[in-house]
Amino acid sequence: MVTKPLTKNIDMSRPPLDIGAYEATDGYQSLQAIAKGLSPQDVLQLVKDSGLKGRGGAGFPTGMKWSFVPQGESSPQQKYFVVNADEMEPGTFKDRLLMEGDPHLLLEGIIIGAYTIQANISYIFLRGEYVASEQALNAAIAEARQRGYLGKNILGTGFDLDIIVHTSAGRYICGEETALLNALEGKRANPRAKPPFPQVSGLWGKPTIVNNVETVCNLPGILTYGIDWYHGLTKGNDHGTKLFGISGKVKTPGCWELPLGTTIREIIEDYGGGMRDGLSLRGFLPGGGSTDFMLPEHLDIKFDYDEVAKVGSRLATGTMILLDDQTCPVGMIGNLMKFFAHESCGYCTPCRDGLPWVDEIFRELEAGRGTEKDLEILHEHVDYLGPGRTFCALAPGATAPLGSGLKYFAEDFERHVKEQRCPYRR
Amino acid sequence: MSEMSNESTMVNNVIASSATRARRLNAEEIAEIEHEMELYPDKRAVGLEALKIVQKHQGWVSDESLLAIASYLDIPVADLEGVATFFNLVYRRPVGRKVILFCNSVSCWIMGCDSIKEQIEHRLGIDFGETSEDGDFTLVPVPCLGDCDRAPVMMVGDDLHRNLTPEKIDQIFEQYRKQLTADG
Repeated sequence: MVTKPLTKNIDMSRPPLDIGAYEATDGYQSLQAIAKGLSPQDVLQLVKDSGLKGRGGAGFPTGMKWSFVPQGESSPQQKYFVVNADEMEPGTFKDRLLMEGDPHLLLEGIIIGAYTIQANISYIFLRGEYVASEQALNAAIAEARQRGYLGKNILGTGFDLDIIVHTSAGRYICGEETALLNALEGKRANPRAKPPFPQVSGLWGKPTIVNNVETVCNLPGILTYGIDWYHGLTKGNDHGTKLFGISGKVKTPGCWELPLGTTIREIIEDYGGGMRDGLSLRGFLPGGGSTDFMLPEHLDIKFDYDEVAKVGSRLATGTMILLDDQTCPVGMIGNLMKFFAHESCGYCTPCRDGLPWVDEIFRELEAGRGTEKDLEILHEHVDYLGPGRTFCALAPGATAPLGSGLKYFAEDFERHVKEQRCPYRR
Repeated sequence: MSEMSNESTMVNNVIASSATRARRLNAEEIAEIEHEMELYPDKRAVGLEALKIVQKHQGWVSDESLLAIASYLDIPVADLEGVATFFNLVYRRPVGRKVILFCNSVSCWIMGCDSIKEQIEHRLGIDFGETSEDGDFTLVPVPCLGDCDRAPVMMVGDDLHRNLTPEKIDQIFEQYRKQLTADG
C-alpha cells in the first residue's frame, strides 16, 4: 500500500522519472478513470470527500474552493487553473522538492484540477530562481503532450488543456493569490480587493483557481487509490500526508513526507536527529516565517491544522524553523522583519511605513541603542499591522513571529535595552 | 547662473531621451518576445517576460531597452517601469557577468550566512548592490532561496551552491574566475 503518495517516486540522487517510468508506478492512472467516465462533478465530490486542505499556507478546503467556480452554459467559458509555485516563504523548501523530484505528479494533478473546473489553460507561476524546476517541468510537459495527456481532446474526453510555465522575477507578495494574478497579467503585483474572489473573477476577469503545488500533488493519489485509502493515511484529524521540513541547528535538517498528525517531537527528534550537540531547543516557527512561535512545551502535540491552531499558531507550510538557545531570538525576529519590510508591495500605509519602522527598531536594538519606548512601539505595531488593519495578509503575517516573540522572549528584548548590546554576541 | 543653465540642459536631455532614445531590439530578442506573446491572451502580460529576455541578452535593462519594449508591446512606459522596478531580479543598472544571489533570510541567518557574506566581501571587495572592479561579479541579497535544509545557500548565475562555509567561498570563486577568464 502506498504510504507516501507525494514522494514515492522522489530520489534526488538521480534525475526525476521520465513519463514511462512514472506510468509504471500508477502514474496518470487517474486520467484513465476520467476517460472511463468520471465526470467533473464526480471528481469535485471526491476531492470534497477527501477533506484535502490547501498546503500553501491558508489551509482552505480545496473542494470547497473549486465549488465556487461558476459552471454551466451561462458561466464564462474561459476559465483558468493556476498553480502557485512561487515558493518564497522564509524557511520553506517543499514545493521545490516536488517539482524537481517528480514533475509528472504535479502535471497529473493539474490535469485533474483543470478538468474539474473545466479550465483549458493552466499557468504554473514559478519563482524565477527555481531554474532546475523550470527545466524539469518543461521537459515533463513536452513528454505529456506527446503522450496525449495534454493538448486537444485528452484521451478522447473532449477536454483540451495546455500547461504554461511562467517564471517570475522574485517578489514574495506574488504568493498572495490576487497579487499573483496581477503579475501574470503583466502588472505590478499589488494584491486586489476581495470580493470578487478569483474563483468568480480572476485572471483577466475569468473564473480562476489558484492552488499550491503540494495541494495539487495530492490529487492523483485521491483519484487513483480512493477516498478510503486517503483517509487511512493520517494520524490526526486532518487527512492525508504532508511534507514537513526542518531548518536550523538540528543534526540532520531535511524535508520528509509524513502523515498529518505526526507529533512535532517525532519529526524533530527521529527525522531531524534532534538538536546538535551542546544546543537545546528554544522555540520554533512551525510553518514558515509568518507563523507564531511555538515552544518546547508544544512538542508533543500532533502536527495538523487544528492542533497547531489550538496553541495560537498555524501549520501553514509545515516547514519548521528552529531557534536554538545560542541564537538570539531578537536577531532572528529582526531578520524576519527586514524581510517583510523589503517585500511589502507598498500599496497600503500600515505595511509600507509600519514594517520599515519595526525593522529600524530592531537595528537599533542590535546596535545597542534600543529604549523602553522602542519596545512599546513594537508592541503597538503587533496591533497596528495585525489582521484587519491592512489590505492583504503580508503585514499580519509579519506580526505572527513579532507578537509571539515579544511574548515568549520578553526577557531577551529587555536585556538588549538594559545592557545596550546583544547579549548573545561574544 | 551657470548652474541654472546646466539644470535646464539636463531637463531637456531627459525629455529628449524618453522621446528618441529607444534602442532597436535585435532579431533574437524579438523572436523570443513573439514566442511569449503566443502564450498569453494579452500582449501586456508579456511585459515582465520581455524585460527578462532583454536582460538575458543585454545583461541588464537600460532606459533605452525599457523604451523599446514599451513601444513594441504598446505598454505605457511608466507602467512597464513600475513592473521593472517592482521585481527583485530585473536589473535597472549594469551588473557583472555573474550575479550572486545571496540568501540572507532567516534559516540562512541562523546557519551563519553573515560570516559567509563577510568572506565574499573580503574576497571580491564588494558589498550588496556593488560590482567587482573587474566587472565579473555583482552581489545582491535575495529572499529565501527555498533550500533551507542546506543553508547557507547562494546562487551564482544559474548555479545553486549549498552548505556554504567561508573556505568553500574561496574555492567557488576561484572556479568562476578560471571559467570567466577562459570565456574571455
